[in-house]
Amino acid sequence: MAGARPAPRWLPAAAALLWACCGSAATDGIQDQAEQFFRSGHTNNWAVLVCTSRFWFNYRHVANTLSVYRSVKRLGIPDSHIVLMLADDMACNPRNPKPATVFSHKNMELNVYGDDVEVDYRSYEVTVENFLRVLTGRIPPSTPRSKRLLSDDRSNILIYMTGHGGNGFLKFQDSEEITNVELADAFEQMWQKRRYNELLFIIDTCQGASMYERFYSPNIMALASSQVGEDSLSHQPDLGIGVHLMDRYTFYVLEFLEEIHPASQTNMNDLFQVCPRSLCVSTPGHRTDLFHRDPQNVLITDFFGSVRKVEITTQTVALDPNLVGLETRVPNDEMATEPLKYAEQLPVAQIIHQKPKQKDWHPPGGFILGLWALIIMVFFKTYGIKHMKYIF
Amino acid sequence: MGLLSDPYRRRALSRLILRLNTPLCILSYLAGLGWFLGLASLPFTLRSYMSENAMGSTMVEEQFVFGERALSYAREFAGHKKKVGGIPVAWLEKTMWNLGLEVYKQPFSRTLPFPDEMRERYMVKGTNVYGILRAPRAASTESLVLSVPCSTGQHNNQAVGLMLALASYFRGQIYWAKDIIFLVNEHDLIGMEAWLEAYHDVNVTEVLSSGMLGRAGAIQAAVSLELSSDVITSFDVAVEGLNGQLPNLDLVNLFYAFCQKNGLLCTIQGKLQRTDWDTLPAYVHSLQTLLLMVLKQGSGRPQGDHGLFLRYHIEAITVRGINSFRQYKYDMGTVGKTLEGMFRKLNNLLERLHQSYFFYLLPSLARFVSIGVYMPAFGFLILILVLKALDLWMKLSKCDAGPEEQLCDGDQGAVHAAAEESRPGLLTLVPPLLICHATGLTLYFLPVLGQHMATQHFPVSESEAVVLTVIAIYVAGLALPHNTHRVLTGCGSERGWMTLKLLSLLYLAMLLGCIALINFSLGFLLAVTMVPVAAIVQPKGPKYLYAVLLVLVTPAVTLLLSIVLYQELIEYPVSALECWQLFLQAVSEGLLDHYLYGSIVFPFIALFVYPCWLLLWNVLFWK
Repeated sequence: MAGARPAPRWLPAAAALLWACCGSAATDGIQDQAEQFFRSGHTNNWAVLVCTSRFWFNYRHVANTLSVYRSVKRLGIPDSHIVLMLADDMACNPRNPKPATVFSHKNMELNVYGDDVEVDYRSYEVTVENFLRVLTGRIPPSTPRSKRLLSDDRSNILIYMTGHGGNGFLKFQDSEEITNVELADAFEQMWQKRRYNELLFIIDTCQGASMYERFYSPNIMALASSQVGEDSLSHQPDLGIGVHLMDRYTFYVLEFLEEIHPASQTNMNDLFQVCPRSLCVSTPGHRTDLFHRDPQNVLITDFFGSVRKVEITTQTVALDPNLVGLETRVPNDEMATEPLKYAEQLPVAQIIHQKPKQKDWHPPGGFILGLWALIIMVFFKTYGIKHMKYIF
Repeated sequence: MGLLSDPYRRRALSRLILRLNTPLCILSYLAGLGWFLGLASLPFTLRSYMSENAMGSTMVEEQFVFGERALSYAREFAGHKKKVGGIPVAWLEKTMWNLGLEVYKQPFSRTLPFPDEMRERYMVKGTNVYGILRAPRAASTESLVLSVPCSTGQHNNQAVGLMLALASYFRGQIYWAKDIIFLVNEHDLIGMEAWLEAYHDVNVTEVLSSGMLGRAGAIQAAVSLELSSDVITSFDVAVEGLNGQLPNLDLVNLFYAFCQKNGLLCTIQGKLQRTDWDTLPAYVHSLQTLLLMVLKQGSGRPQGDHGLFLRYHIEAITVRGINSFRQYKYDMGTVGKTLEGMFRKLNNLLERLHQSYFFYLLPSLARFVSIGVYMPAFGFLILILVLKALDLWMKLSKCDAGPEEQLCDGDQGAVHAAAEESRPGLLTLVPPLLICHATGLTLYFLPVLGQHMATQHFPVSESEAVVLTVIAIYVAGLALPHNTHRVLTGCGSERGWMTLKLLSLLYLAMLLGCIALINFSLGFLLAVTMVPVAAIVQPKGPKYLYAVLLVLVTPAVTLLLSIVLYQELIEYPVSALECWQLFLQAVSEGLLDHYLYGSIVFPFIALFVYPCWLLLWNVLFWK
């Protein structure tokens, strides 16, 4: 021990420090992963897919819905968590030259009907009332389980609707309509009953953007195939079958979804880019102001798939109970203190973009004055001025 | 005070109408005629489009390849038809059975009111044969019909062959949602009427048939096919039906769309379309097509077997294959593909065709004139009658108001006589009315009832007897005023003829208005001839000129002139003698149509228009 240079006294200390750093880095990594693990607040996924039109020439609406059904099932949501509503049976329609199939690509490349389609609401059961009952959960006790939306406050729900629509309404089965106000109120009921964590609403109809204009509940993201005043167009006809097979927007969404697999990290911003105006002719729209997360951070599989998160670690992780509290997902419900009053039932003026009628009295306009002047003039010309004394 | 109750204003208004009456009438007539002639021009027409959403575009893939099979069936059918001398029922039944259709036959018989030249016998007996292709997966609640008339000689053999080939092709497809009935009817319209009546279980005419055994639900649409050659150069469509009823425009548009898709040349009224729309020759061409349609619709005769379906609210057209001297010919395969495409699109229908127009005129296949556009032409003509009636009414009420004005009575003799004559009353109008309508009734009933007596006393056949009796009674009516004026009271007075003329003008307006709603062409043809002369006729003035004019516009002469115009338009002008024969034939066929199928043209003219015209004749010879 006399001849050797003594080892630098800082080495063990440095080594210990490095080790400590590594150790803490490692624990920080696990901590990060654990944080990321709970990044999205949902634990289960549901899907409500609605096709609202019947008749053979509306084949494409059923094909739209079935293609979304197919993607959603492929990405993991089981039939027990999907409520599929189809207003007409295209696969077994006598006019279908290929019975038991519904095609989405021409030349019959892709049969979206498949072997194991489970339709929950079929044919005349697809009504506005049934749809709203499914959403709000006010279902008679005799309804079978497959027809119920049994979501809770940790469910992410995908709602897809297609059919014929207009400015502010969606037509159900040629006999009734659901308005955007009704839909918004239904979502609010769902929110108040804590029936969803986050909701993704996609609609593929003409003037689809009008349907999400009225939403006011939190945690809703909405996409539509066309703006108000625009028509959503169909994609391609198939000459062998004799009808249009798909609508453009859903066709491109389907193509986009075919590339998603359960481990994809594709986020919502990519979905917003699907079907630009050059392909779709109409301008797709979306609405994210009610959604608290940045769409960049929202995975496609958060809504379209049912992904079970499993991470294997050999280390212990200290779970911070305040982990989730970083982003307030429950807004302050203290607004109930202000006095309630009935809202404008149907503010038609706002819906059809006109000046609202003034409620207080104002002097009559020029037209009414002129009309009265004309009447009085005619009256006096006919009967002579001498009658005036009988009036005043 | 109001406009009409203020006496000063009313006087001003009546003075206006009295003063401006003739210019307004002339203007109105010119406007009506000009509007009608302008219907063929571009601003009045619209391009045809498919209104029914369920039918959509021509989005279908036709795969019919049995053209050769169609020709072989046609040859077999021709051979068997010659052997049997009528419709080869057994062969048809066997062939249809082998194709997999449900086959039924329906024998029928009809007693004609009088035998015409074509059939030359009182009783017509025949059999209809039809096969039903049941839809494989649907409930047999609706059906489509493809019918082919079985004609004598070498006509329509290829049509039967194509029908059988189409039946065999359709049988192999699984996408039918409606049943398809393949019908071969004998004796053209008589057989078709028998079949339709038995199918719908009604008894509109007096056809005796065996009743219907096989049915296929409500018929949604029907196509009648006529093909007499192995290859065709063009395809003609006939739309006019019984009493001028037309099928829904969507069916015509469907036919046109599929002809264009398969590159078939298609025509209407036998005329090809022109591509240049702005030039004068194109306008003349459109006008000719329009006039042909108006003449055919006005005659009230069904222009094909489809015409009888329309009464049962079944949309139907007749398509005829024409083989002319063009170079480019189309074979059975193309024709079959067109029909296949049409039937596939009709298969997609969910309701009866109702989205498009039921009242229209076709100056060409690609353009149409809707009822809202062509009715004002007729309205202008009726306006003349209304104006004239107002004019007469005001003159009559002026006579009423002041006998001292001395507008009414010609003689200025004793006031006593004037007072007596100035109010003959409405009862004096009853004899002319009764006598004219009695003449109409004899015109309607006597020819058919009296044909046997006529053949006993004169060397004519029954059909000639009927037609000549019609003409005789018609002409005899002309002599009425000279023989009957002795019985009429109040004759020779101004009030008398003015009231009668007022009544007949209003009567004419009502008749023409009613018939124009059902059959615009008939109403317009009668209006454009009768209205101006009805307006100007009066006992004063050039009586012989008025008499000649009135004879020129009588319905019989209108018929004669229409035949001349028709022959000119189809570029087959005839001599005077042939024209007279065609006229006689038209009269006899008009009567037959009425008795066989329920056409209303003959009773309308005999019972209503002819008495109205006789009233005007009476007005002319009032003094």
